[in-house]
Amino acid sequence: MAMVQPQSTKYRVLASHLGMLAFIAIVLFPLLMVISISFRSGNFASGSLLPQNPSLEHWYLAFGLPYTGEDGVTTQPPFPVLLWLWNSIKVAVVSSVLILALSTTSAYAFARMRFAGKGAVLKSMLIFQMFPPVLSLVALYALFDQIGNHVSWLGLNTHGAVIVASLGGMALHIWTIKGYFDSIDRSLEEAAIVDGATTWQAFRYILLPLSVPILVVVFILAFIMTIMEYPMASVLLVDTDKLTLAVGAQQYLYEQNYLWGDFAAAAVLSGLPITLIFLYCQKWIVGGLTAGGVKG
Amino acid sequence: MIRAFLKWGALAALVGMSLYLILALYAQREFVFAMLFLVLTASAVMVFFNRKLYAHRYIFPAIAGMGLFVIFPLMYTIGIGFTNYSASNLLSFGQVQENLLSRTYQSEAVRYDYELYKTNAGYIVHLKGKHQNLTSAPMELEAGETTAPVLPLSGQPRGEALGIRDIIQLRELLAKVTLITEDGRELSQASLRSFAAIHPQFSQHDNGSLTDNQTGTTYFPDHETGFYRSADGETLSPGWTVNIGWDNYLKVVSDPTIRGPFFQIFVWTLSFAVATVIFTLALGLLLANLLQWDQIRGKGFYRTMLILPYAVPAFISILVFKGLFNQNFGEINLVLEGLFGLRPDWFSDPALARTMILIVNTWLGYPYMMLLCMGLLQAIPRDLYEASAMDGAGPVSNLFNITLPLIIKPLMPLLIASFAFNFNNFVLIALLTGGAPDIIGASTPAGTTDLLVSYTYRIAFQDSGQNFGLAAAIATAIFLVVGALSLVNLKLSKIKV
Repeated sequence: MAMVQPQSTKYRVLASHLGMLAFIAIVLFPLLMVISISFRSGNFASGSLLPQNPSLEHWYLAFGLPYTGEDGVTTQPPFPVLLWLWNSIKVAVVSSVLILALSTTSAYAFARMRFAGKGAVLKSMLIFQMFPPVLSLVALYALFDQIGNHVSWLGLNTHGAVIVASLGGMALHIWTIKGYFDSIDRSLEEAAIVDGATTWQAFRYILLPLSVPILVVVFILAFIMTIMEYPMASVLLVDTDKLTLAVGAQQYLYEQNYLWGDFAAAAVLSGLPITLIFLYCQKWIVGGLTAGGVKG
Repeated sequence: MIRAFLKWGALAALVGMSLYLILALYAQREFVFAMLFLVLTASAVMVFFNRKLYAHRYIFPAIAGMGLFVIFPLMYTIGIGFTNYSASNLLSFGQVQENLLSRTYQSEAVRYDYELYKTNAGYIVHLKGKHQNLTSAPMELEAGETTAPVLPLSGQPRGEALGIRDIIQLRELLAKVTLITEDGRELSQASLRSFAAIHPQFSQHDNGSLTDNQTGTTYFPDHETGFYRSADGETLSPGWTVNIGWDNYLKVVSDPTIRGPFFQIFVWTLSFAVATVIFTLALGLLLANLLQWDQIRGKGFYRTMLILPYAVPAFISILVFKGLFNQNFGEINLVLEGLFGLRPDWFSDPALARTMILIVNTWLGYPYMMLLCMGLLQAIPRDLYEASAMDGAGPVSNLFNITLPLIIKPLMPLLIASFAFNFNNFVLIALLTGGAPDIIGASTPAGTTDLLVSYTYRIAFQDSGQNFGLAAAIATAIFLVVGALSLVNLKLSKIKV
């Protein structure tokens, strides 16, 4: 607590509170609005923030159930939202596991071993990390087209391709894990190696159990980043039942077929779990994200 | 023992699979891709067999992943920038030759009327020629592609000739039938009542030129433009991909229908990225300062509320804004109309669309800057502020004389990274406006809110011409910008490895 307090402090504190509350109200407006819209009936209804005649119409459709309104007309769900969510989760879990496994082993080598070209590789990884994959989409498309001619589960319009393509973004995670390994004292491993353990055993039985927290963080980070990946999935995936949520969600808002209410329910349904995971893990995630400068 | 066996077995299986892939690609004349996988497999074998490269075994999978999905696509894109690779010039020269030489046409001279007979064993085609009649063996038409020999027959085949109505019903199946005469000539259905001989459309000469057997025109391969071209300038499609040097780059500079939109988009991309960094930083720094202030209570609540925009997946919040800003049904226009009687058309007026994009991107981006600043502010010693308070300094002079000078250095690399990210903020544009409203007079798809990345994406994937070459040339220019930025960043952040 500062010893010297100017006279006007009281008013400034009050003004800050009011200012921040007003700002939060503006910031939250879109999010609250979407929740409200998801309970309104019809796709073009307008009204106040608290809907006067709440209806579960859009929520039925979001869960993939047909909805029969009061006028007896049955609406079929427009898009398989739950299937898209499932696709997204499937792709994200598999690629996060792969990313975690591969980046942990390489981070170990970068943190503990000496080999030719280590510094150059680490630096160039940081540089190449800044090139967004959306710029080389033509090449990626051609690459998966060629692979797909011979290995069908890795071709265009497969989840395999999206999973494998996400492996290009590992540099950030390698740097994060390497930083953590650097902060762990290596004398324990050295003692084990003196006692006859192999390098692999020292890594597997000593370093890994000590690094569980960072591994969890990297897994969650990789998971969220793959779930939100849009450009590559939008080019690689074609069929409606193969799309991930990030690619599929925009189909609600085509000008010819504007399903605002249905979108709202689907957005809340699919966005809420991801938001909650993020908020729950924010302490760890923020450290990892700000270190690398990925989003924002 | 078993472990070693498993290890080598897995490695051998992997090498076997890649060898198959390499050979298959090589057989299809995809030399670049065959080479890519050859290099990958060879380095894998080298790393895993050489004991000296033990440490490299650990990093190989990650490096290979980056090489395959980041570095190779980057180089390949740069390469495409020097070619005319596009929807009309998609194939290689060899593939075009194969394609053209496999084309056929039906002869007018060798043509037979026919009758179709149905027997217990299947259908029989009975061809009626001027000199002799030919009859096929019984065929199962339902089987799809059918080839059957035809032999001379003097009388009528047994069974009953089908009427024209039945033939119309069977015509799609009959179209798949190829009949082969004794001297090896192939016949196929030419019309509902006739079969005709099939001739190759083109015949190739020793000097590489092709002659159209139907018209007699000769076409010469033109490796400058990637088309077969006749003497009077007629071209055959498809064309093949050829190297055209700097033409794509020259087009960007000299063709007014590309130059105008390109520079307009370039200026907008720069101003968008700069404005985003400034707005998010100003807002983030202000909020971070407030949250660091000792007098403020309920920091946990404020913090959670303020980072909410960051926690919601961007692809959902961008679409939410797309709906809220909708001119007719959007809630934002409802509020504006209620308060001021305004109904701005956010998606069709260029200036308004750009304003909307900046508003949305500031909403999306300020929490990140706020988190960064909060981390950096904590490192500033408190007594500096106390000393300035003694001297009677207010918050504004504190900000410019203490806070900013102290945080700008560690903040700089992160600001550059944020600039680079927003310079290429494809998702925002693709989901919010899709580049609309369009720039008038552009020969490629180009919008007033397009960033350079979304512009290249639209040239490559949303235009009917799919001009991959031009898109790759522009992408290469962006690579240079990004590369320069990341080098500067590496220098500034003084990373030690």
